[in-house]
Amino acid sequence: MDFLRQYKNALFLIAVLLAQAIALAVQVRRPLDAAQPDGPSVRLIRMWAMTAVTPVERLTHAVGSSAHRAWSDYIDLRHVRQQNKDLQQQLMRVRIDEAAIAEDALEGRRLQAMLGFRESYVGSTVAAQVIGASGSEQSHMLTIDKGGRDGLRPDMAVITQDGVVGKLRDVFPTTAEVLEINDQSSGAGVVLASTRIRAILRGTITGRVQIGNLLADSRIQPGEQVLTSGGDQVYPRGLPVGVVESIAPDPEHQPYTAIRVKPAVDLDRVEEVLVITGTQPELTGAAQQDLAAAAAQHASDLNAERLPGIHDDETEGAASGAAAATPPAIDAAPVIPHPLPTVHPDRFTSGETPPASEMTPGAANPAPSSTQPGAPLPGAKK
Amino acid sequence: MVTRSYMSRREVEQQNFSIPVTVLVPLGAVVLQVLLPRIFHGLAILDLPFVVTLFFAISRRSPMAGTATGAAIGLLQDVLTGQPIGVNGMAKSVIGYAGASLGSRIDVDNSMMRALLAFCFSLLQSVLLFLIERFLLGIRAFHLLWLHELLRAAANTAAALPVCMLLDYTKHKE
Repeated sequence: MDFLRQYKNALFLIAVLLAQAIALAVQVRRPLDAAQPDGPSVRLIRMWAMTAVTPVERLTHAVGSSAHRAWSDYIDLRHVRQQNKDLQQQLMRVRIDEAAIAEDALEGRRLQAMLGFRESYVGSTVAAQVIGASGSEQSHMLTIDKGGRDGLRPDMAVITQDGVVGKLRDVFPTTAEVLEINDQSSGAGVVLASTRIRAILRGTITGRVQIGNLLADSRIQPGEQVLTSGGDQVYPRGLPVGVVESIAPDPEHQPYTAIRVKPAVDLDRVEEVLVITGTQPELTGAAQQDLAAAAAQHASDLNAERLPGIHDDETEGAASGAAAATPPAIDAAPVIPHPLPTVHPDRFTSGETPPASEMTPGAANPAPSSTQPGAPLPGAKK
Repeated sequence: MVTRSYMSRREVEQQNFSIPVTVLVPLGAVVLQVLLPRIFHGLAILDLPFVVTLFFAISRRSPMAGTATGAAIGLLQDVLTGQPIGVNGMAKSVIGYAGASLGSRIDVDNSMMRALLAFCFSLLQSVLLFLIERFLLGIRAFHLLWLHELLRAAANTAAALPVCMLLDYTKHKE
């Protein structure tokens, strides 16, 4: 008894540590269900804690975002005219690019159809706001304000307009936790855009993103885009993940290389995300309409380039774009172009000036039927 | 006649806190730790739950209370960060125990001493987390980046001084 009394503090510490070590040992066993990384009891504890903390997070987020919105509204109004002008110019550039890309997309779809390849497109998404973060450098997780009641399930991909953020790890009734791609326990199947090399992307303990299962390859260069491959059955194919930042030998896993990837999304400043709740084998109706419109625009542009004299009837050209895009028959006779009738004839116009044999030196030449460029206008004051 | 009795330094200087402070301050620290990096990601280097654990440990000067407080705060932190439950719990249990044991032997109301304790215990926590992640969880990729850990210790020390001064006002006056 004296021993217990003398060392009660140390014994208490040992008991607490032992209990937690046993709890750790139970948790680190490989989960049977990949969609449920935690056991039922651990999941329950996390759910209780999240339920307790979420109202505080929501309140803080609401207050913070209201203040930020009020301030940014004021700032935005100061620059809205210039931004509008910039956006219109950007829209024009995008339309031109879109027209060019549409043809490639159509060709790609034709080839996919020929090969019987089944593509999966983003079918439905749920928009969510980030209301919390893990607050630790050892784990990179986000808390979003949508959960199981909104149709979210574990392992659903989470993206922004810039690219991939991560996937859902734990889904609670009103909130969910997003495991970011730079978390050490995260992984994704990717493909390098230009070399088409497939690889596995993983987060590191320092919060970076890297590919570590490739041998040295001189074709892989910094700046190469990294896309999702779709092979992991979590992220739909073709979503931007990032760009290759650096390539170096991996000292711990020779002869593999450590290819560091700069994420397309600024993972430290994610505010709103989209959770992909469903994929489909066909493009959505709106996307198909956009693609058809872009194709018609592209065909119209091609038509305008082939017939440079016809520029006035752009609307008509756009309407009949699809028909004009039909490629001509290979064995058709070449068309000899004829000059178009002159809209504003002058003295240089063919047929307006008499031949030199009929003209008398020193005599006044007959006036042309229209006003000459540079001649003084009738009634003009000197 | 006045009755006099000898009391140990621990008994003389043990500090008590009200139940709301005991519950709300650690909870607030954990919630702030979750929210602050959303505002500025660099603040993730701070460990406010560690600061609060250390403050309660050195103030109460009871190793058992320090251990229990550290375990509770660490476990709550684990639950909210998505890490295996027990990683921070074990590390902060040791911090609470060691802080309380040391607090009963030295003058911990001195700011310089508090800064020194915060710096050293922050480094100790980094080593403990490394040991737990590397050997208990078997994460071979986990490395101890000394420069980063020194920066973390400095940041925790800088945060500990004003936080402890604020929390001094919550002590029960007897």
